[in-house]
Amino acid sequence: MTQLALVIDLNVCVGCHACVTSCKQWNTSGAAGPLFDENPYDKDPTGTFFNRVQTYEVGTYPNTETIHFPKSCLHCEDAPCVPVCPTGASYKRENDGIVLVDYDKCIGCKYCSWACPYGARELDEKEQVMTKCTLCVDRIYDESLPEAERKPACVMACPTNARLFGDVHDPDSEVSVAIREQGGYPLMPEWGTKPANHYLPRRKTKMHIHEDELVRVDNPLKKEDIRHKTTKDVTLDDWLL
Amino acid sequence: MHPAFSVIFLTTLIGAGQGLFLALFSGQLYSAVNLLPAQSSSFYVTGSIIALVLMVGGLAASFLHLGRPERAWRAASQWRTSWLSREVIILPAVMGLVFVYGVLHFSGWQPDWFGNGIPHQPALIVGAVTTLAVFALYIATGMIYASIKFLQEWASVLTVINYTLLGAASGFTLATALAAWQGSGLVGFYGVWAVILTVAGLISRAASLYRNARIKYKSTVQTAIGMRHNAVVQKSMGMMGGSYNTREYFHGASAAFFKSVKYIFLVLVFPVPLALLWAGLEEVSVVLLGAAFLVQYIGLLFERWFFFAQANHPQNLYYQTI
Repeated sequence: MTQLALVIDLNVCVGCHACVTSCKQWNTSGAAGPLFDENPYDKDPTGTFFNRVQTYEVGTYPNTETIHFPKSCLHCEDAPCVPVCPTGASYKRENDGIVLVDYDKCIGCKYCSWACPYGARELDEKEQVMTKCTLCVDRIYDESLPEAERKPACVMACPTNARLFGDVHDPDSEVSVAIREQGGYPLMPEWGTKPANHYLPRRKTKMHIHEDELVRVDNPLKKEDIRHKTTKDVTLDDWLL
Repeated sequence: MHPAFSVIFLTTLIGAGQGLFLALFSGQLYSAVNLLPAQSSSFYVTGSIIALVLMVGGLAASFLHLGRPERAWRAASQWRTSWLSREVIILPAVMGLVFVYGVLHFSGWQPDWFGNGIPHQPALIVGAVTTLAVFALYIATGMIYASIKFLQEWASVLTVINYTLLGAASGFTLATALAAWQGSGLVGFYGVWAVILTVAGLISRAASLYRNARIKYKSTVQTAIGMRHNAVVQKSMGMMGGSYNTREYFHGASAAFFKSVKYIFLVLVFPVPLALLWAGLEEVSVVLLGAAFLVQYIGLLFERWFFFAQANHPQNLYYQTI
């Protein structure tokens, strides 16, 4: 069985919000109509987004790291938002594991958003129906697009390639390999929701500088040694030293 | 969570309506076996009308909670998995049964099916079915909240017990006032049960307050973003204004207000109605007993507000700072 998902590399994400804006652009111009926005250029702007980037600081000064943390619907394998829906508007597709909302059935009772521990669902204040990330279901199956572009808008937009998209149930897919080899992890595993989206952890980069890298041992001319014995015919190279 | 007044009115109104019906039926049941004096039909009819009015009010309030109320009929379809769907089915069923119960009392139709001369046998049978439905509705309403496991303040059997006991207590208090107003001989019977249920409600609500004060949250900012470090602080939630997530999951009241609501409901739901019941039962005063219900109901509005506001949703870990 296929389970499509995103894998987000926190080691590479720079928090540029390109995924947020491309997601908003693609999904607000879709067949379902625009996503609500109020006071976009005014005080207290607010609106519906499927994807948001939050920023955390890890550690204490001066040893801190900044974590940019993009989060959208995680398309849980055991999605808690689905069974609570009283109308069946919230559903998980059998064939590819995408969790979707049928906007024509949703009554806007908000129960599914309460039942999502990740806060991945947002009520569209204008349409009064629940909205959420669709994994750009209208893009990824669009055969009029070149095959390389059949990916969610956020994946296409990411300038640092922090977002991977694929089938996490296929052990040979790019996303499965990344999860396996780079220690990909799910969010809030304590609730047993088994999110399909995974995050790749920050990686420590260490640099060892050895003594022989500071001294040019491999310099056949040993210019360092002749530094104090310059003669009248000083070359430019000598002068630099 | 952000308390919605529609849900506060829904749960308190139907809770009192259900409790009033339980009082009516238990009164009839006791008098059927001659443990209590028989009541006139008009007493049961008036009681059924009041119970129905309360539940219709609750149902109307529930529609205000929906973004798309015109599609509310769809909400009955997922009864296999959703407690909300189950409530949506049971609530009209209870209302219909209470209506039939009132009509049977009003009609004066008294066939002697069992040959023992017990009055209003059809109403007794319908009442027994309704009683089962009323308890199913208390469970469904409570389980809507108790079934969300990561809202740890709600995810407890105490939630269901509180909804049942507090609804029944307010219903029996109302029944006491009704019996006093109608000059019924059941004032003492209802009054004693109102006191018992109110005290039981105090014990279970206090137990849930005690439990909730000691909750150890399973989710932390570390599990939320998967960083194994003790010092993780959110610096930005990714937007300049608010969003659905910042509005829906926090009550927005000050800590002092939040705390005072707890003491307000603890006083208004329990000791004040108990004192009014005690004083009202001494001289069978309609005013005092009516006041007991009114005070208890207003207290329950505070109680429900607090119930919703107290729940701490793990998604708030992603929205800690602007």
